[in-house]
Amino acid sequence: MTNSIAEIEDADCLLVVGSNTTEAHPLIAYRMFRAKEKGAILIVVDPRKIQLTAFADIHIQLNYGTDIAFINGVMNEIISNNWHNEEFISTRTEDFEILKETVKPYTLERVSDITGVPVESIKETARLYATSKNSSICYTLGITEHSFGVDNVKTLANLAMLTGQIGKVSSGVNPLRGQNNVQGACDMGALPNVYPGYQSVTDLYVQKKFQDAWGVELSPQLGKMIPDMMDGLIDGSLKGLYIFGENSVEGDPNTAHVRRALESAQFLVVHDIFLTATAEMADVVLPGACWAEVDGTFSNTERRVQRVRKAVEPPGDALPNWKIFSEIGTRLGIAMKYDSAEEIFNEMSALTPSFGGLTYDRIDVEGIQWPCPSKEHPGTRFLHQGAFTRGKGKFHAIDHQKSKDEADKEFPFTLTTGRRYAHYNTSTMTGRCKTLVNEFPEPIAQINTVDAGQMGLKDGDQVRVISRRGEVITPIRVGNVVPPGSLFMDFHFASANSNVLLGTFLDPVSKTPDYKVCAVKLEKCAD
Amino acid sequence: MDYRCVKTTCPYCGCGCQMLLEVLDGKLVDTMPSKEKNMNQGKLCIKGQTAHEFVHSPDRLTHPLIRKNGKLETATWEEAFELITSRFSHIKNTYGGNSIGFFSSARSTNEENYLCQKLCRTAFQTNNIDHCARL
Repeated sequence: MTNSIAEIEDADCLLVVGSNTTEAHPLIAYRMFRAKEKGAILIVVDPRKIQLTAFADIHIQLNYGTDIAFINGVMNEIISNNWHNEEFISTRTEDFEILKETVKPYTLERVSDITGVPVESIKETARLYATSKNSSICYTLGITEHSFGVDNVKTLANLAMLTGQIGKVSSGVNPLRGQNNVQGACDMGALPNVYPGYQSVTDLYVQKKFQDAWGVELSPQLGKMIPDMMDGLIDGSLKGLYIFGENSVEGDPNTAHVRRALESAQFLVVHDIFLTATAEMADVVLPGACWAEVDGTFSNTERRVQRVRKAVEPPGDALPNWKIFSEIGTRLGIAMKYDSAEEIFNEMSALTPSFGGLTYDRIDVEGIQWPCPSKEHPGTRFLHQGAFTRGKGKFHAIDHQKSKDEADKEFPFTLTTGRRYAHYNTSTMTGRCKTLVNEFPEPIAQINTVDAGQMGLKDGDQVRVISRRGEVITPIRVGNVVPPGSLFMDFHFASANSNVLLGTFLDPVSKTPDYKVCAVKLEKCAD
Repeated sequence: MDYRCVKTTCPYCGCGCQMLLEVLDGKLVDTMPSKEKNMNQGKLCIKGQTAHEFVHSPDRLTHPLIRKNGKLETATWEEAFELITSRFSHIKNTYGGNSIGFFSSARSTNEENYLCQKLCRTAFQTNNIDHCARL
C-alpha cells in the first residue's frame, strides 16, 4: 500500500476496485465503514453485487475484465472537464500528452458500450474522484489476476497521477494484499529478480555486497518465476524442486497441468504443516512449525513489520522452519548457523536498506512501516511524497484488451473465482477449524436468478461446471450477487475446486494467471 | 496450571491484526483480539478469532516422510537431510544449479523467507526462487 490502513478512514472519496473487502480483508472494510460515517464517498467497482456495494454511493457493475476501458473513460471525462491536476502533472510526471491521446477515443458512449456501465455513473465517478480533496484507490486480485493485470494496475496509477491523488495522507494507490506475509516474502527477496529489499540480482554492486556477506559466488542471471518453473519441470530444464508452505496442486490454476509438472520432477521436496495434495506427490516431506510455534516477523499490507511470537511447541519432531533451512545449508557448506530468529533478522536488516533501522526491540509494541533506513527513522506512513521511486511518474498508454478465455457459444458462462469470508485459500488450515467448517461447510457456486430460472435450477441443486480444461460438480446458490451469464466459485474445497477449470492465461510481465474470467458451460445433474 | 497470553500477528490475510493466543498447559485454548493501539483496534474477523483451532489438529505432520517403493514412510531427520542434500547435490553437479528451484512461502515469517532464498542462492547459485505473490 502507498498509504496506511488507518488513513483509509480519513479519505474523502474511496474508489474500491476488484476487492471484496468485507470478506477478504474484514478489518480494512471496517475502516471503509468508518470513512463512510465520516462522510466519505464510496465508489465500488465490481461485476458482482458484493456486500460492500450495499454501502456504496455508486456501484459500478461493469462487465468482467473491462476495468481499463472504464478507468480510461473516467480519465477522458476528467480531462474533458479540466479536473486533472496540472501542477502535479507538470512537476511530478512525464508523458501526459501520450495518456491524453490514449484515452481520447474512450468516449462515454463507447465506454458504456464496452463496460455496460451507464454514462451517468462514469461521469459521476470522474467528478467525485477528481474533485474530492483526498481520494484513494484500494484494489485487490480483481485487478491483478487477469492476463492484463499489470496494465490494470498501471491504469489505476495513471488515474491517481492525473488527478494528483497520490503521495499525500489518505490518498494513493493501495493494493490490499491477500496473505499474512506476501508483502514480507517479496520484501525478503523470495523472487527471481531481486535480493531482500528489492535489490536487483543483475546489479553487480548488489551482487558483490551479498557475495561478501554470504561468502559464496552468486548468479547474476535472472531466475525463473513459478509458472516457468512448472513448464521447466515438464520440458526437463528443471529437475529438482523444493516447495515450502505452498499447496500448488490445489492453489494454482489448471490443476492437470500442475500435477503433470510435479510428476515430471526428478526430485520433489515439500515442506509444510499438513500432508497437502502437493505433499502427497513429494519424494520427501518435511514437517514444519506453524505460526504459533515460531518467533519472527510478518510485513502486513501497509508495510508494517510486526512480531510473531512463539506460544507453543511444534508437534512431534516438527522443527521451526528456519532450523530446517539452516541445517540443509550448513550440510551443503554454507555459513547458515543461527541461534535465533532475531539473529537472522539482524543479518537481513544489515543487508537491506529499507529495513536497516528495524530491530526486534523497536518493533516490539506497534511494529514499524518500512522504509526505515536508520535507527532514528520513525518509519514511513505513506509513500511517494514529493517524488516517486523512479523520480518522475510515468504515464503509460494502455488500451482495453479482451480476456483470453471469454464466453462463447459452446461455453456461454463467465466463471470468476475468489475467497469466502470463513475460509482461506485451499483451506488446509480453515478446513481444520471446527467453527469455520460449521459456518461454511461446503462449496457453493453462485448463479443469477434469471439463469437459474431458464435452466430450471434452484438453491442447493448440483450442477456440472465444464471448461476447456476440466469439470467439477458443485451445489449452487441462486440470487443476484453475480450478474446474468456468470458464475462465482471459490477454491476452498477439494470436492469442487475452481482451479480444475481455469486455464493458464498469464500476464506477460508478472506471469500472474487469469483467475477471474474463464468460459464455462453448466449442466444440471440428475436428481 | 500454567496460563499465559502470547501476543502475535494473525496468520491469515494481509491486514496484520494483532491477537493474543491463550495458552493453557502448553496448548492453545483460544484467541483474543489485542486491544492495544493497532490496526484492528480490539476486533478480529471469524478466521482470526478461531486461528488457534487448526494448530493442534491430529493431521499435523509430526515426522519427516520419505517415499519408499512408491509410498511415503516415516523417516528420521538424519535420513531426510541426507537424502535432500545428496539428491540436490547430484542434480546440481550433473545439470547445474539452474536445474533446481525453490518455492518460498507467503505464509511464513520474514526470517524463514530470508533463509529460504539465501539457501537457494548460495547453495545452488541460482535465482530460481519465487513464491505465490503472482498466483
